[in-house]
Amino acid sequence: MIHIFQAYGGTLLYGLGQTLLCSLIALIFSLIIGTFFALLEESPSKGARRIARAYIELFRNIPLLVITMFFYVVFPLYVVKMNGFTAGTIGLTLYTSSFIAETVRAGIQSVDTGQMEGARANGLTFWQAMRYIVLPQAFRYVIPPLGNQFVNLVKNSSTLAFVGGFDLMYQGNVIASSSLETMAAYSAVGVLYLIITMPISYYMRYLEKRLA
Amino acid sequence: MLQNFIDAYSPDNLRYLLGGLWITILVSVVSIIGSFIIGSILGVIRYVKIKYVSAVVGFVIDVIRNLPLLLILFFTYFGLPNLGVKPEIIPAAILAMTIFESTMLAEIVRSGIQAVDSGQMEGARANGLTYWQGLWHIVLPQALVKMIPAIVSQFISLVKDTSLATIILLPEMLFRSQIIYGQNTNYIIPMFVAIALMYFIVCYLLSLLSRYLEKRQA
Repeated sequence: MIHIFQAYGGTLLYGLGQTLLCSLIALIFSLIIGTFFALLEESPSKGARRIARAYIELFRNIPLLVITMFFYVVFPLYVVKMNGFTAGTIGLTLYTSSFIAETVRAGIQSVDTGQMEGARANGLTFWQAMRYIVLPQAFRYVIPPLGNQFVNLVKNSSTLAFVGGFDLMYQGNVIASSSLETMAAYSAVGVLYLIITMPISYYMRYLEKRLA
Repeated sequence: MLQNFIDAYSPDNLRYLLGGLWITILVSVVSIIGSFIIGSILGVIRYVKIKYVSAVVGFVIDVIRNLPLLLILFFTYFGLPNLGVKPEIIPAAILAMTIFESTMLAEIVRSGIQAVDSGQMEGARANGLTYWQGLWHIVLPQALVKMIPAIVSQFISLVKDTSLATIILLPEMLFRSQIIYGQNTNYIIPMFVAIALMYFIVCYLLSLLSRYLEKRQA
């Protein structure tokens, strides 16, 4: 495995960079979209709640790969040309946002309802109370599950390999087929994934224990 | 456009896709059963804290949990031949899913056991049962009930994850839809609609089941 790193270090590092880049972009956008739909679901309007529910259920129950392939295959034909990296990142963002929405919603619900009532009684509107009173408290609860979502995100970014996203998994396949040492090549890729995911999941476990 | 849908959903094509759904379900069900057995053993080992063994098992679980399932699929299908074993496509897919899901279920089992009130074990011990008898007859059955919703959720992600096995040419829905639209590009949208719908129906029904079970417990 060491000689794989020696021979293909640059390729692997480039793949690692693409994986991290895609994961970070997807994390930022899925946080925004996910929080938005979580808020819609907790809003007083019935129509808004329905829309949020539909969005969340739709993207939660369709495989990530199907969503990604949709953007990779259908979009260039009928809408706009995009490369594999873009298609993969969009798919990953939409898929993850539905899970983040559920996580954030659970966080909002775990905040004592007295907080909202108190804020409303003090003259804040629903959205003001949400923004300044409830959400800041909710985010403390949701940090460990969000961290775990990020770990999933990094792992799921391997679907970029299906659409030529030049991520770590993709480069692993390239190396495996050019060096013919499949076991060693995939082990090297595995080590690089673990370097990202293991510390985050251990840290999240520590945070969970401390919060409990 | 409408004509494309009508043509794409010919009885032959639909039967072909449904055959893919059957493979998805077959692989998922076999994997979840295997994972439940292995995961329970691993989860109990991690819970009871046997010197060294539990630490090693725990570390292996953490390593596998933190790897992409896709990578494990590559290990079982493309990596194993490197070591002299050449599995067929379906066994390779089931093997990869089982390895990955066992570690997920091990964590579910462990937290299920932890969620059982410690008084249950103390009561069992006070009544003369050994530790293992108490675990097997008193704690595990109660833990199992608590675990069921989480196991169903895990099964949902397993069903979705079988789509990854298209890459090793497992003839499931996504793979078959690609074959169909590969012959006629007009069928691309109808095919995506069809498989998205099929996955959605299966996973949504399962998620309703999981939610129902969760509510019944609370």
